[in-house]
Amino acid sequence: MASLQGLIGGVLIGLSAVWLMASLGRIAGISGLLSGLLWERPAGDSAWRLAFLLGLISGPLLVMLIGGGLGNVAGVPDAVIGAPAGGVGRMLVAGLLVGLGTGIGSGCTSGHGVCGMARLSPRSLVATVTFVAAAMITVYVEHHLIGGPA
Amino acid sequence: MKTLLGYVAGLLFGLGLAIGGMTDPARVIGFLDIAGDWDPTLIFVLGGAVVTTFIGYRLAWKRGAPWLAPRFALPTRRDLDARLLGGTALFGIGWGLSGYCPGPAVASIAGLSAPLAAMLVAMAAGWWLARRV
Repeated sequence: MASLQGLIGGVLIGLSAVWLMASLGRIAGISGLLSGLLWERPAGDSAWRLAFLLGLISGPLLVMLIGGGLGNVAGVPDAVIGAPAGGVGRMLVAGLLVGLGTGIGSGCTSGHGVCGMARLSPRSLVATVTFVAAAMITVYVEHHLIGGPA
Repeated sequence: MKTLLGYVAGLLFGLGLAIGGMTDPARVIGFLDIAGDWDPTLIFVLGGAVVTTFIGYRLAWKRGAPWLAPRFALPTRRDLDARLLGGTALFGIGWGLSGYCPGPAVASIAGLSAPLAAMLVAMAAGWWLARRV
């Protein structure tokens, strides 16, 4: 069930990317889109990015409103948004790495992982393999070598 | 009109993340933990998204131009450099530590907690810093 919902969720994300390309001619890369909105404010380009941000936040809210077990949090039947994997300190470090890394590496799971791979971009393919591998190694080191999150 | 289109794109994306279970860091870390109790959900999300986008992009490009812009804005670089590799590796470490990549972190604002707020503020600071290095 989680897998089927995953597939449906993936198709919706794909439709979002296609919608943005067909209408505005843009890549649906969340890090670039939001980083630009925050720190660049390009004229004529900020309003739709802000609207995208509001839509992104209202998606899970709508799922909460609909209810009916549409949420997909592991082991919590009616939940839509899962609990953070750690405290403030861990998230400050992780957030800085995610922001810095996606900024320097020009993209994240959406821009490189979804849109870039769908374009068969060699840069995005290498980027996706790199961040998935780095994340898997991080989890392995923390959970199996050090012995569980602090 | 562009604003409405942007909202719909964001809404579809947010719905997809929530229904796909990506607003649950435990599912994401469960996927990344290949030596543990592996959770395959993320593969289905990524697979569904890439295949849909692959097909839909080609249909969109066939039309020659987007509806509301003069041309498609596509990245043209094909070279691999240290910034791409180093940046994405740093991102991966942060992703593994938190189970949040940018989309799910922002989409989870409705369930705001102190750790999520810290994640979002630090991520915004990281984006600021990245523009200066």
